[in-house]
Amino acid sequence: MAQKEDFEQSITQTAEPKKKKSDRKSDRFSLALDFRRNTELYFIFIPVLLYYLFFHYFPMYGAVIAFKDFAPSRGIAGSQWVGFKHFISFFSSYYFWPLIRNTLVLSISNLVFGFPAPVILAILINELRSKSYARVVQTATYLPHFISLVVICGMIVQFTRDNGWITHLLTLFGMPRQTMLNNKDLFVPIYVISGIWQESGWGSIIYLAALAGIDQDLYEAAEIDGANQFQKILHISLPGILPTIVILFIMRVGRIMSMGAEKVILIYNAAIYDTADIISSYVYRRGIIGTDWSFSTAVGLFNSLVNFILVISVNTLSRRLTEMSLW
Amino acid sequence: MRKMTKGEKIFNVFNVLILLALVLVTLYPVLYVIFVSFSEPMKFMKNTESFLLGPVGFSLKSYEFVFKYGTIWSGYLNTIFVVVVGTSINMVLTIGAAYVLSRRQLGARKFLTVAILFTRYFSGGLIPSFLIVRNIGLMNSLWALILPVAVNTFNLVIMRTAFDGVPESMEESAKLDGANQLTILVKIMVPLVIPTIAVLILYYGVYHWNSWFNAHLYIRKRNKYPLQLILRELIIQNSSANDVGLSSDDDAFLSETIKYSTIVISTIPILLLYPFLQKYFVKGVMVGAVKG
Repeated sequence: MAQKEDFEQSITQTAEPKKKKSDRKSDRFSLALDFRRNTELYFIFIPVLLYYLFFHYFPMYGAVIAFKDFAPSRGIAGSQWVGFKHFISFFSSYYFWPLIRNTLVLSISNLVFGFPAPVILAILINELRSKSYARVVQTATYLPHFISLVVICGMIVQFTRDNGWITHLLTLFGMPRQTMLNNKDLFVPIYVISGIWQESGWGSIIYLAALAGIDQDLYEAAEIDGANQFQKILHISLPGILPTIVILFIMRVGRIMSMGAEKVILIYNAAIYDTADIISSYVYRRGIIGTDWSFSTAVGLFNSLVNFILVISVNTLSRRLTEMSLW
Repeated sequence: MRKMTKGEKIFNVFNVLILLALVLVTLYPVLYVIFVSFSEPMKFMKNTESFLLGPVGFSLKSYEFVFKYGTIWSGYLNTIFVVVVGTSINMVLTIGAAYVLSRRQLGARKFLTVAILFTRYFSGGLIPSFLIVRNIGLMNSLWALILPVAVNTFNLVIMRTAFDGVPESMEESAKLDGANQLTILVKIMVPLVIPTIAVLILYYGVYHWNSWFNAHLYIRKRNKYPLQLILRELIIQNSSANDVGLSSDDDAFLSETIKYSTIVISTIPILLLYPFLQKYFVKGVMVGAVKG
């Protein structure tokens, strides 16, 4: 709740100059006055306010169990304080570094291979002369985005079993026959490639929009100067969408430690925890399955803090260096 | 237009071919699922490795079985309930909140906006949220799939951007006529942002149809399972169709093709609607991109 008050303060401060411009008598923000003036708006907002308080801010308070030995029978407030015990036990545990490494390897592989794919796809689609063919390509490549994650992962599991068609196809190229998801070296490639397959098309939309926004005169002028198609891509298309690329890249880098658990949980198994287990899936297993509430909350809170710091720093850095930022 | 050079002609031909290959690679896994779902169960069992260009044999047997057994229907009903009720609640709350946050006369506007956006960057984590939902008695209730995701912050921002785009004069004239805020919202503002509302209904609807993780956390009773949980048991945990209640013992050989028929049956609504609604989905990306 301390955070909330901080916000209130910072907001009252930043909001002041605006109100001076308006014809309000008082230049201090007064909740009572604002409420009286906009009663109807406040009432419309109440359900949503309650939603955010209960399902977002209350869990932030609930995260104090990371510093306690939480027992459901005693409740959050009644449980015993234990300080940093759970954090220390996590940092000194055997799992700490492997989890950090797995999370980073998965996330960075996903970024390095997954990020350029939609950019390239968008440029290729943009170069098509036939607009109806372009539409066909778009419709087909967007499609996997709408298939549920469970079905996608089910397809992965079935197709890469020792008798699945993808496994069979790869044995023709010399891979030993195996249930691919039981091989710890294959988890990251399977995760990343299936992600590229599912999301590249959808991801290309935003770049296509940026490409469509480039002034067509630039291309004509370049043609008159004798530029060929490759030069136009290199010197007009790419620089034209560079701001979009940069801002999306910043967002991705800021989230590099916040890999979600869902897809990992769906396709990993105990045989490949060595490479497949990441922080969020570990939290899920220790907490939801192992009911080790306080410990898993501590791991989750550590992860949340790292993510938050990363987003803020990447954003600040980018504002300094490129004058582009999320806020 | 000037003539293309030879190099450019070659590039264009290659570009068309590369993209054709990409389209085929993208669609093949989906087609494969459809092929298997229509295959003769016995023949497919002997053929699970081959690269299929059509169903192996042709049979509707696995569909017959999926239709005959109850689990898939209760899954369908549960999913439809969550999609309809969940999306309705999503829309009412999102529209209301977005409208309020777009009103410049509201002094607390900036504070509320920051407080909401903050939740996109920081959270208490999975475990406290889980404990809270469990404590308020939502275990095994479909409401656990609706209330904790009653508003999506990203969609809220899209909606607010739409209201921001409506000229202020529209509201002023309504106020002179003595309309209150709720009337202004429902009678004047909502009709002006119908395209964005359509986009968000689709986003929320598809989200509810496809989501599984909350159900996995909160729903343990099989008769409350939404479709995606049934699918997970069947195709990921490789339970036999029998375990999930889809077939009887003497049809063991059906168990493989049944998986694929179930995928098709539970994905068909989206596959059928998608081509017609594609442009709305795409529009949402554009609006969302302006202010992420």
